[in-house]
Amino acid sequence: MYYREIKIQTQCHGKTPKDAASVRATHPIPAACGIYYFEVKIVSKGRDGYMGIGLSAQGVNMNRLPGWDKHSYGYHGDDGHSFCSSGTGQPYGPTFTTGDVIGCCVNLINNTCFYTKNGHSLGMEKLGLQTPGEVVDANFGQHPFVFDIEDYMREWRTKIQAQIDRFPIGDREGEWQTMIQKMVSSYLVHHGYCATAEAFARSTDQTVLEELASIKNRQRIQKLVLAGRMGEAIETTQQLYPSLLERNPNLLFALKVRQFIEMVNGTDSEVRCLGGHSPKSQDSYPVSPRSFSSPSMSPSHGMNIHNLATGKGSSTHFSGFESSCSNGVISNKAHQSYCHSKHTTTSLNVPELNNINVSRSQQVNSYTSNDVDMETDHYSNGVAETSSNGFLNGSSKHDHEMEECDTEMEVDSSQLRRQLCGGSQAAIERMIHFGRELQAMSEQLRRECGKNTANKKMLKDAFSLLAYSDPWSSPVGNQLDPIQREPVCSVLNSAILETHNLPKQPPLALAMGQASQCLGLMARSGIGSCAFATVEDYLH
Amino acid sequence: MACVLEAPLRMSVLSEVTASSRHYVDRLFDLDPQKVLQGVIDMKNAVIGNNKQKANLIVLGAVPRLLYLLQQETSSTELRTECAVVLGSLAMGTENNVKSLLDCHIIPALLQGLLSPDLKFIEACLRCLRTIFISPVTPEDLLYTDATVISHLMALLSRSRYTQEYICQIFSHCCKLQHWHSCGFKSLPQPLLCANGPDHQTILFNHGAVQNIAHLLVSTSYKVRMQALKCFSVLAFENPQVSMTLVNVSVDGELLPQIFVKMLQRDKPIEMQLTSAKCLTSMCRAGAIRTDDSCIVLKTLPCLVRMCSKERLLEERVEGAETLAYLIETDVELQRIASITDHLIVMLADYFKYPSSVSAITDIKRLDHDLKHAHELRQAAFKLYASLGANDEDIRKKIIETENMMDRIVNGLSESSIKVRLAAVRCLHSLSRSVQQLRTSFQDHAVWKPLMKVLQNAPNEILVVASSTLCNLLLEFSPSKEPILESGAIELLCSLTQSENLALRVNGIWALMNMAFQAEQKIKSDILRGLSTEQLFQLLSDSDVNVLMKTLGLLRNLLSTRPHIDHIMSTHGKQIMQAVTLILEGEHNIEVKEQTLCILANIADGTTAKELIMTNDDILQKIKYYMSHSNAKLQLAAMFCISNLIWNEEEGSQERQDKLRDMGIVDILHKLSQSSDPNLCDKAKTALQQYLA
Repeated sequence: MYYREIKIQTQCHGKTPKDAASVRATHPIPAACGIYYFEVKIVSKGRDGYMGIGLSAQGVNMNRLPGWDKHSYGYHGDDGHSFCSSGTGQPYGPTFTTGDVIGCCVNLINNTCFYTKNGHSLGMEKLGLQTPGEVVDANFGQHPFVFDIEDYMREWRTKIQAQIDRFPIGDREGEWQTMIQKMVSSYLVHHGYCATAEAFARSTDQTVLEELASIKNRQRIQKLVLAGRMGEAIETTQQLYPSLLERNPNLLFALKVRQFIEMVNGTDSEVRCLGGHSPKSQDSYPVSPRSFSSPSMSPSHGMNIHNLATGKGSSTHFSGFESSCSNGVISNKAHQSYCHSKHTTTSLNVPELNNINVSRSQQVNSYTSNDVDMETDHYSNGVAETSSNGFLNGSSKHDHEMEECDTEMEVDSSQLRRQLCGGSQAAIERMIHFGRELQAMSEQLRRECGKNTANKKMLKDAFSLLAYSDPWSSPVGNQLDPIQREPVCSVLNSAILETHNLPKQPPLALAMGQASQCLGLMARSGIGSCAFATVEDYLH
Repeated sequence: MACVLEAPLRMSVLSEVTASSRHYVDRLFDLDPQKVLQGVIDMKNAVIGNNKQKANLIVLGAVPRLLYLLQQETSSTELRTECAVVLGSLAMGTENNVKSLLDCHIIPALLQGLLSPDLKFIEACLRCLRTIFISPVTPEDLLYTDATVISHLMALLSRSRYTQEYICQIFSHCCKLQHWHSCGFKSLPQPLLCANGPDHQTILFNHGAVQNIAHLLVSTSYKVRMQALKCFSVLAFENPQVSMTLVNVSVDGELLPQIFVKMLQRDKPIEMQLTSAKCLTSMCRAGAIRTDDSCIVLKTLPCLVRMCSKERLLEERVEGAETLAYLIETDVELQRIASITDHLIVMLADYFKYPSSVSAITDIKRLDHDLKHAHELRQAAFKLYASLGANDEDIRKKIIETENMMDRIVNGLSESSIKVRLAAVRCLHSLSRSVQQLRTSFQDHAVWKPLMKVLQNAPNEILVVASSTLCNLLLEFSPSKEPILESGAIELLCSLTQSENLALRVNGIWALMNMAFQAEQKIKSDILRGLSTEQLFQLLSDSDVNVLMKTLGLLRNLLSTRPHIDHIMSTHGKQIMQAVTLILEGEHNIEVKEQTLCILANIADGTTAKELIMTNDDILQKIKYYMSHSNAKLQLAAMFCISNLIWNEEEGSQERQDKLRDMGIVDILHKLSQSSDPNLCDKAKTALQQYLA
């Protein structure tokens, strides 16, 4: 948000400057807005013409003109002087009077401010404060500004972007390029695009850290998960990585819950053979709310590769990508784009970074003091520790995303009338039986590892599907969406990589998450330039 | 010193290099065309970025051979193209390289090449032409020697983005005016300092440059957009015809002014902002855009002020200030807005701080750079101050209150650079229009001293402004008047009245007129003596009405207060009466005749001088004639003469009254006393009363 237009009727009954009455905006200027501007039209200068426009911190005496007291700045109409927390002003600009439109612009990037008169900038002043103040004496109209503030912001956006573009990178020749290539390569390997990874490594003269066979194994498992064939996926994992799931009972539980969901869906191999379907002939991942560009690759990641390789890709693609790798990134980003595109909220909100499971409705406008954690925590929550709680975060995240995708899904369900477990009685029985096993496993887990509310909720949600005659259109039906396979897939992939002592997150995703976190941190620290940079700007 | 030591070493290196260079040249003469081609290509690779190699090849005579190959019909297109490329590379070197190329008549050869059907070859030729024409050593006229060239270039504009870029660049460099804005001050004529400029503009305009180039402003290539924009900024500069056309041209449904406004948005490259601001400035000055149009007030002006800020490069600051000075020169409202925008007046003070003490210590390169721009910066600041203070008293006050401003002007007056001196004088002239400043800061800083110095042996363009300033300093309320007189101003001003330059004559006589106003008799005599009667007559028969008016004004000021009138008429009476007769008989406008009748009225106010009129029947008849003239002003002036002649209390009034009655003056007075004009009526009645008494 860059500016607001508020209509306040100012009535000053003051006789002497001592009695001056001020109006201060109720909302402070958010540091993260970068540049803040407001305008005042002097409808009547009153009897003595004592008028000031400017900035002040909360708690500054409202009975005095801005600029006279500490933590306030003002430009006064009677003498044209500017006051910086002092009773004596400096000659600044012309005087102003009835009919003039006076503006005040705060630039939180370089900590300056300037005033305007009838659309003409009167010149820069240095602001002493590090923390931004608040708007004083605002009497806004609903009209476009007289001063061309948009043009001013364009300049700063260009400046900030040039600053980023020209940021000095390692001066040793080729080092930068090699690093970029490594990042791309590791990303490809991470997600198991072995053919692409191989080709990339060949053309850039690199070595792939992981063995090709290992990549292919992971890719196989991922394909199974994304196809909804959870039983086979679990089996293959146990074959290829014998101790992995034993050491991660929570992961195994999560996989099994997903298997249960896929049974309800009719896609899991155990119920499909019972239902008489040929497991190979049916495309088990037929409809996706998103379009995928590369059929040979696993869907959700395929599009990421597409973005990176060809420089194309729409924003829909990205939301899919992020949800599968980092929640911290998403919530931050969701908020930022809100802030930028709608220009309506008062502040860049950060609490949701700490509190990952807050629902989206809460994120908006809740400028409370939730941000208690330290920065290091943000990183671990948001990016690095996805394997431990990422699954939970991911699914809760998707609950909200699904609401947005509803319309598309409805079209799908009306086309393909689905039946529980593919419609086979035997399959339903198998599913019920599996559910009991799952229940038992949950109880055993609780005994061994203690209470786990996330697991409990997960199981409850999955079982809730059976309470509806048409689970797909039920309130919990979104669990059946193939897109929900992605977080599971990602967590499993990370767990496998960890056993190989490989990073559970590709450096590329890590870097992106870090960049987003940095922007959030800048916003909280009052570094205004973050308003003119988003990670998205550099993702295509 | 290092150079001396190195010299022998260099010589030996040079001979080595020359040997290898000779090899390149020799290969151009091979009989096998394939080998020649390869030779040219190798040469191309050898000269890129290597000035020494370029110089060697030129010395060894590569240019005529390359030109020969380029023009040869039998050469393959590929070879011809490569030749053009190598020549272009050579042109990129030093100015001496360009001179050598020009000496080999490269331009006609390349222009001939443009007729080829091959686009690649055309582009190579254009690129080379471009490089040659942007060099300061190339005369612009070379583009205009053949009338068909321009129309062919216009046709080539549609061929490719490269032809567009190069041709626009050629046009904008071959249509250059000297970067000097005409003076717009009162009393200064508008000198046309560059005779070629308007011609080039008109030639290009008549060949449809505006229509052909307009759509390039929305090209996808930045370079093409930029060069097209530059082209317009040059075409429109001080050219009302082009400016008035531009304002109505539209591209893709958008008018050019709108396109220019978009180009001066703050996120656009500085070069683009500045150039489009120049276009809009020219259009505004030509009257094509109103000065209160928001695209001037809210876009162009703030943009130009930003160009003056410390963040910009020195070159940009110079251009920004000069363009802004031109934009606001004649509009007081724009001057007021500029004066409050971004602390411009204070910002300009920084222009005088180069080279800064810091730059001298830290970095030789920087010092060199600063030094090179220091003059330009100062003159640009003076020009802008001059425009800012042209009309508004408050702004002048603010300017003079800027740190060390008067000292800076005084220093500027004695700088070696003519440009700076001229700009400083203009600034002083602008500020000298303030009565208050004349009495205070001008006096405190004894500005008249350096000004008088500037007036000695200065070029005409400086003399014009300096003498104009002197006029203001000689106004009667100015405390500088006395010391200026004492320092020999009369002689100087009298010599100015003999100048070939009209503006100087006007200023000279104007200053003398101011000087004579309510002056003591000695000064008046000095003026008359200094001027000499011959010169006075010369001025009274000057073809310029301004000179004539000011000379009459001078006479009128000389002929004031009775003792002065009698004294001057006793010495110069005959000549003055002759001159007056001459003017009253001649073909002159009303103002001139009125001024002349006023002189007569002054003469009639003298004691002895009266007789010069009374004994001159010719003059009396003329006065009588003007009493019945159709113009009331002349009637009134003639009545003043009569009044002074018949005034009762003076000696011999009875005889004069009688004589005039015999001439039929009284009858006219009776008629005039019935006039509907209250002034005439009153005056006639007062005159008639003199008869009754």
